Amino acid sequence: MSDAKTMIDDQGNVTGIEAPIYLKYNFTAGAAPSRFLAQLKKGVLTGQRCPRCQQVYVPPRGSCAACGVPTEEEVELSHKATVQSFTIVHIPIPGNAIEPPFVVANLVPDGANVAFIHLMSDCVNEEVHIGQRAEAVWKPEQEWDYGMDNILYYKPLDEPDVPVEKIGQVPVSGWEG
Amino acid sequence: MANLAAVVGIGQTKYTTKREDVSIAGLVREAAVGALRDAELTWDDIDAVIVGKAPDMFEGVVMPEIYLTDALGCNGKPMLRVHTAGSVGGSTALVAASHVQSGTFRRVLTVAFEKQSESNAMWALSNPQPFSTHLNAGAGGYFAPIIREYMRRSGAPYNVGIKVAVKDRLHGARNPLAHLQRPDITMEEVEESFMLWDPIRYLESCPSSDGACAMVIADEDYADAAPRPPAWIRGVAMRSEPTMYAGREEVNPQAGRDCAADVYKQAGITDPRKDLDVAEVYVPFSWYEPMWLENLGFAPEGEGWKLTMEGATSLDENGDIPWNPSGGVLSSNPIGASGMIRFAEAARQVRGDAGDHQVAGAKLALGHAYGGGAQFYAMWVVGADKG
Amino acid sequence: MKEIAIVGYQQSDCVADAGACNEVELIIPVLSKLYGQVGITNAQDVDFVCSGSCDYLQGAAFAFVMGVDALGAVPPIVESHVEMDAAWALYESMLKLRMGHADSALIYGFSKSSPGELPIVLSQQLDPYYLAPQWVDTVSLAALQARLLLDRGVISEQDMAEVVSRSRRNARNNPHAQLAGDVSVEDVLAEATYLSPLRRSDICPVSDGASAVVIATVEKAREWGLPYAVISGIDHCIETHHLGMRDLTDSMSTRRAAENAGAGDGPVDVAELYAPFSHQEIVLTRALGLDDKTSVNPSGGVLAGNLMMASGLSRIGEVFNRIVGGEAERGVAHATSGPCLQHNLVAVIEKAEAA
Repeated sequence: MSDAKTMIDDQGNVTGIEAPIYLKYNFTAGAAPSRFLAQLKKGVLTGQRCPRCQQVYVPPRGSCAACGVPTEEEVELSHKATVQSFTIVHIPIPGNAIEPPFVVANLVPDGANVAFIHLMSDCVNEEVHIGQRAEAVWKPEQEWDYGMDNILYYKPLDEPDVPVEKIGQVPVSGWEG
Repeated sequence: MANLAAVVGIGQTKYTTKREDVSIAGLVREAAVGALRDAELTWDDIDAVIVGKAPDMFEGVVMPEIYLTDALGCNGKPMLRVHTAGSVGGSTALVAASHVQSGTFRRVLTVAFEKQSESNAMWALSNPQPFSTHLNAGAGGYFAPIIREYMRRSGAPYNVGIKVAVKDRLHGARNPLAHLQRPDITMEEVEESFMLWDPIRYLESCPSSDGACAMVIADEDYADAAPRPPAWIRGVAMRSEPTMYAGREEVNPQAGRDCAADVYKQAGITDPRKDLDVAEVYVPFSWYEPMWLENLGFAPEGEGWKLTMEGATSLDENGDIPWNPSGGVLSSNPIGASGMIRFAEAARQVRGDAGDHQVAGAKLALGHAYGGGAQFYAMWVVGADKG
Repeated sequence: MKEIAIVGYQQSDCVADAGACNEVELIIPVLSKLYGQVGITNAQDVDFVCSGSCDYLQGAAFAFVMGVDALGAVPPIVESHVEMDAAWALYESMLKLRMGHADSALIYGFSKSSPGELPIVLSQQLDPYYLAPQWVDTVSLAALQARLLLDRGVISEQDMAEVVSRSRRNARNNPHAQLAGDVSVEDVLAEATYLSPLRRSDICPVSDGASAVVIATVEKAREWGLPYAVISGIDHCIETHHLGMRDLTDSMSTRRAAENAGAGDGPVDVAELYAPFSHQEIVLTRALGLDDKTSVNPSGGVLAGNLMMASGLSRIGEVFNRIVGGEAERGVAHATSGPCLQHNLVAVIEKAEAA
């Protein structure tokens, strides 16, 4: 019943106890995230628009945090995105097999007004920069499931950089420069 | 309109990676007993206890005030547990103060703690959520991109963060309670330390510490009669904003600016750099000093780094506005306690009780805490005078 | 001391499993209804917001942070949180109003307990060195307490069944209740024992949902032109954690909190008590010194639906409803936390004086 182990010092005193905690949770995504995930399974990236401020959120969580109202309208987003910011991670992430160093970026997909985090790969880490254009690289279609990891990573796209003040405002039709 | 209240006792544990000699109850009691002793009070003199700490997953104890009742002499008294993520130590102090400022109680004990060696804080912070990409690389991974944007905007030289890392550890070497004792630290050593989340290096990051901090806050009558100088609470403020929304200013968050404006107004501060003598500010990664110098109005936007590079925030360089003379979060970080440590260290300064890290003649001090995605802020201003 | 009033209360339905519904989706509908009731647009229109919730219910650190996304916190708001039932968030809010830093406050609590096994999650509230590694769940502890009460002859199984029956019947008038019906004492006694000596019906269900309240100074309530009820007294008290050192057949802390709140200063027409187990309702009723002139748990109480972290706030709201609805002039609301009624809060709520 209990996995508790005790630590005992040379005098026989109990100095510590290891008592692992195992709790099982049946996690459910919310209604808005579920719609987002269902679309992802079909290879489509979507956001939701706030009826009050018109901003498009991705991944959608069911509300516009600024206005405090539910978001309903689904908006299809592009597979292209802009790097809003990034970091080069040199330590492993617990529970993730990915090998450092790797780039984690805040990316704003065309058509959305907020960034989400994802990997950048197929790139020279030191050349990643703010305003850089990038494109999603998806897993093979037969592997698509309900998760953001249907997108393996974003890779650099040969398009002109987006000026900083325009990041988060590129329409879904894209960016010409 | 609020009643006057003051800090009349402070107790802190020595911060260290792992306190193997005490249980969680022992840890909080050590700080609490220290505060009572400083205030020359007994457990019976305390009307209520207010506890604060960060997520319970850091120790694996759900709602620990339930287990800690006895350790904190609370059997038969009111007990409250505040949780506002990383700013919790600060907001706990504010909630405790409100118990007295509202006229409801005369003397309260407040304790903030973390015994994060008991669980795995990195795991608790980056606990993978189903359906999301598992890329949450801990707090540093979250803040690194924001720091990068600050560097781009301000054009600050690459070594500003390194300077802060050195300064705060040198300060910490004056504070026997600080976790990291590095009187020998150099700019070279910091620069050569391992890069974790570019641009944050290992030695530019806070340690992971066990520790507890406690204060006794009392009403005016009691504080006037207290055995040691009280630290009068001259301003209290909290602000929150959402983690993410379109157009959110992440480098210089609005909630931080609004919170500072509120607390300054209450304390009659119009020029923080001139009016304050010292500040204890939550800087867990070195670059947050120049960023908060701007956010808190000590420097114009884009110029916070200049104050750092000039030595304005350094005790050792006789700066005019020392920041984190205690060593700050960069020297000790029991997450749930860190906010309260800032508030308590600010109080120590105006009580003239900060030992080797005392800013001479300090009369007015700022205590600051922040948490979450730089979205929760708690601040107070304390003074040697009632104001 | 400044007079503080309740001006609005809303609760979602108590459901066993809210399914695909995240924190924000649980909270927004309740807040929208409350804003409508009180005549405000969002959290910008109150001076302070405070919430109650527990990360471990959902198994995610910082779950409460998601709740902030429901508020419309741009521009930034004054907001705080307790990792406790929202009744304590209401307490924190009252202090803020009393000190003059706010004239109104929005308080909410939410519960998404269905993902985990709640009684087992709560076993980790216990002393981490001596008790938690034994994984004693809350239901077992309550059963221990019930056994004590029965063996000492303080209560009978019939008494417990009466509490259940009254709860289910009252709950028929509560549109948010999870368990309601014409259940008789005999029906309950006919049930098999679930965890001796408790029957399934003696134990509250696990419910998902949210609850919210707006409080304000009486001046503000009048300015808003809203029907209100006054919180004339409030206090809370915690007892020792060690079950063996407490008298589990009584609730000393409820008694003390009630005394400090002035519960006995007048007739108590209605009492909403946070009793997750039938025998605990009897313990609380006696600790509060209530007699049969008091209507206890007319909402059905927590046995009819238990929003962990919000049920305490709901008890306060349910008393408010009955007072502004004209059914009662004075009432007591109670909230509890911790194993076997370790921590208790009592609020006394009264009808507004004629302006």
